[in-house]
Order: sequence, then C-alpha cells, then structure tokens
Amino acid sequence: MMNQSKYDMKAWDRVLLARHNKRPTATELIDFIFPDFIELHGDRLYGDDAALICGIATLNGQPVTIIAQEKGDCVHERIKRNFGMPHPEGYRKANRFMKQAEKFKRPVIFIIDTPGAYPGVGAEERGQASAIAVSMTEMMSTKTPMISVVLSEGGSGGALAIGVSDRVYMFENAIYSILSPEGFASILYKDSSLASKAADDMKLTAQDLYQYKIIDHIIIEDEHGLHCNYSLSFDYLKKQLSEDFAILSKLDENTLLQTRYNKYRNMGEFNE
Amino acid sequence: MNNFFDKRKVELDVFKQTVRNRKIIATKINIPDGLFMKCEICNEMVLQEDVEKNLEVCPNCNNHFRISARLRLKMMCDGEKFTELFTTIQTVNPLKFPDYLEKIQKYQTETKELDAFVAARGAIDGIEVAIGALDSYFMMGSMGSAVGEKVTRLIEYATKHRLPLIIFSASGGARMQEGIFSLMQMAKTAAALKYHSGARLLYISVLTNPTTGGVAASFASLGDINIAESGALIGFAGQRVIKQTINQELPKDFQTAEFQLAKGFVDLILSRKDLKPTISKLLQFHCKGVK
Repeated sequence: MMNQSKYDMKAWDRVLLARHNKRPTATELIDFIFPDFIELHGDRLYGDDAALICGIATLNGQPVTIIAQEKGDCVHERIKRNFGMPHPEGYRKANRFMKQAEKFKRPVIFIIDTPGAYPGVGAEERGQASAIAVSMTEMMSTKTPMISVVLSEGGSGGALAIGVSDRVYMFENAIYSILSPEGFASILYKDSSLASKAADDMKLTAQDLYQYKIIDHIIIEDEHGLHCNYSLSFDYLKKQLSEDFAILSKLDENTLLQTRYNKYRNMGEFNE
Repeated sequence: MNNFFDKRKVELDVFKQTVRNRKIIATKINIPDGLFMKCEICNEMVLQEDVEKNLEVCPNCNNHFRISARLRLKMMCDGEKFTELFTTIQTVNPLKFPDYLEKIQKYQTETKELDAFVAARGAIDGIEVAIGALDSYFMMGSMGSAVGEKVTRLIEYATKHRLPLIIFSASGGARMQEGIFSLMQMAKTAAALKYHSGARLLYISVLTNPTTGGVAASFASLGDINIAESGALIGFAGQRVIKQTINQELPKDFQTAEFQLAKGFVDLILSRKDLKPTISKLLQFHCKGVK
C-alpha cells in the first residue's frame, strides 16, 4: 500500500486530500465498521446537534459507544451537518453519551472530522468556550477506555474537545492543527493565500504529529487517498481498535486515568 | 432622504465599531513628562499619580487599563509580596517556526518576563493561595508550551499543598507559533484542574480583558467561581471571524462581561478595586473547617 512517492507529498497535498469532496465521512466509516450502529440523539439540555453523531454499536461482539463529527457528503447534508462544525450543544451531547458509556463500561470511539467549533453568535451565547473546556476535563476523568480517531480534519479546540483519549489515531492524509492553514496564514503572514506555506510551517500532517508523539498510530490510506479505496484502511482501523481496546480494558480504572493524564501532562516543549 | 439616513447609519456603525475596537486594546498614552496621561476611552487628561492610586483605573470614566501580570499579583497579595514559582521555564521553538525566538526575545526585553505567565505563592488577607496571572503585554498573553507548563505546575502545586488556586487570565488564546503543542496545553491545563477539583480545593478564575480562544476554552472557564473584571472581553471565537462567518453585524454587547453574566458563564462582575476584598471573602467561606 505504501510507496515512495507518498513520502514526497507536501503538507498542502494532504490538506487537499483531507478535504477531498469524495473522501468518506464518519457515516461511511460507521456503516463499514459498525453495521449494527443505532444512532441516539440530543444533549437533554438544549437540542440535537447534527454535526455530531452519537450512538451504540458492537465491535467484535462487544458494545461500544461511538461519537463522531459528521461533515455531510453532499450539499444538502453538509448544510444539515453545519459542515461538521459543532455548537456547544454538540459537545454537551458528546459528553452525555460518554458518561452513558462510562456507566455501562462501554469503550468509546471518537471520530474527529471538523474544520473547528462553530464561530457564531448562538454558539457564543450558549458558551462554546465553556462547552469545550468542560468536555476536555470530563474526558480526563471518564472511567472507560477511549480512543479518538482523526478521520480527515482536526480543527483546533473543536477537535481537541473530543480528542483527549487513551489513544489518538490519525488517517494518513488527515490533518490536525491549531487553526486552518488559511486562518494561520491570514494571522501570521497577513495573507490567506499563503495557506500552502502555512500548511508546511504548521506541521499538521499525521507524520509530523506521530514524530511529536501527539498521536499514537497512523492509519494507512490508498496511495491516491482514502476515497479511492477505503475498505483496507477501515479494516486496519478496526483491527487496531480491537487490539488497543483489548489492552486498555485490562487496566484498572486508576491506572487507566493516571496513564491518560500522564500522556497529556507530558505534551509541550520547553527548557528549564 | 432615506439614502441619507442609511449612509449616516453606516457611518455611525463604523464610528461605534472603531470606538469599541479601541476599548479592546484600551491602553494609556503616556505623556513624556509622566505627570499626566490620556485615557483612550474618555479622552481626558488624568494625573498619572491618581491612576496609580486608583489601581490603574481611569478616575474619570472607570476604564480599566491593562496591567502586567506582576502588578496584578502585587495588587492581590498581602504586602504586595509573593514568592514566585517555576521561574526558569523558557520557551523553545518546537516547530522551528521562522523568527519565533527573535520575537520572544523582543517581548522578553520589553516586559522583563521570560514568557506570558507569572506563577506564585502568596497570601490574601492571611490566607495562603497559589496564584498566577497571564501577561497580555507578552505576545497578547498567548499560551504556548512554557505558559501551559507553568499553569499546569501551579495547579499541581496547589493540589499538592492543598491550596486554593486563583488564576487571572488575559490572553488572545493559544500561541500560533507552537502549533499543535499550544493546542495540547488546553488539554493539559484542563486535566490538571480535574485533580485539583477532585481534591475538593477551590479554584477562582478571574477573566480580565481580554480572555478568548484557547485560554477561554480551557482553564479560564473552569473555575468553581468565574469572575469577570469590569470591561473584559470574553469569548471563544474572535469577532472578526464570527462576522465573516455569519456576514452580519454582531449584537451590541457581544462577548462583554455583561453578556457572559447574562448568558450564565460568569458568576459575577467586579471592578478592580473590589477584586481583593471579594476574593478574600470567598476564600474565607471556603476555609472554614479546613486546616
């Protein structure tokens, strides 16, 4: 599956693949790996955010909770899904299903695919900052194994809000960053057309983040991108999830939480 | 005639916008002799000495000037004294981002701080606290690895020594130049707070002007008690980004302290002069029965 030319790909080429309009979204991933998925709705506080799909399925016969950001695969769906940009109620819905999973000792799989948390008036009124902050602390203390998978785009706090897990995987051509390359270019180079340079400077590819130990696994893709053949990648993801959950399920709760804490505690580069 | 009013409205909006934007970066313009200064909000010339006595608040219009982290800690701690912690943590350039370290050096020279957060142990009316403040004069108080590490160590210090924790935020958010490492500081600081909270210790978060982005979306929003200082801009997304996204004007008091109070995300709004007495009282409420 791998060949040399893939290593020569520029960060920007991967950005384009990550955003390719035929790239499978979370729904396709769920259909493929979890055909018995039942979707459940609502945050029980305000509403049901369509940018986040939650529900229960089985993985090798074991029940799991799935929490996935969904971008939509056609114009109509994309509008319905708000292009995968959750409002605060989305994160509160994710939290509700995570806590439900904890109660029933189900592992949780988070699928990250968002340009970012939605920047809008309603989102601010309902506390986007608070929703993201609370989601991260809650993830830190949830006593069940959790794995986050960056499928295509991991946009900033909107991605990290469901990205504080025991393991983090990234698809080979996915990107994960503090801001979109366009936003980054417009802030730091005062020119959003320099997005491709920004993509290079930001170090947002799976390969970079694996090197930095921000992620734990890269899910390989077809050499022309996930949209050309996803079955091999999804099979590989399923195998990896099964293996890691088998390991994580053996840990007692305290070790699980302490290890998760240490993982994030050690992130950051500084001198002293 | 209609046209005239429309045009007038646009001009007024632009004017208001300029005034509002100015407030966000409200700062004092120093007159060379240092005797008088001009408040950018009311445009009055005020005596520098009066402003200092008034805790860096305009005596004329109550505009709260931005203050450094060190001055903030002095204002809060008994006898203006505190023991600074984790003073050797320094920023590096993990992404090898062009000109980043030069920029850091420039801010270090200007502010005489190593980075944008000062951590300390001090006392407020005799009650020992772990206390820290972000410095908006240092690269807009942005959070990179060094800031994230210091914030986390302060939280862990408070947990270990069973101290109440007070953090003053003043930040544009996560620091872009450290990319994903800055983003991860949000998870790191939020995680550390979970343990502080689990030990049943008090955390008071004071959101000052401005508190936005990755700092608002991590430790600054997670106080047992969230206090907004008067005049603070508080929110997740930047106003320019939101305007571009929704393509319309923003509500009048959008992302102000009053807005956050009305929406239920801060517990109270306090003037600078009321911060110490109120925080002191809150600390006392939480001290009873605790050694």
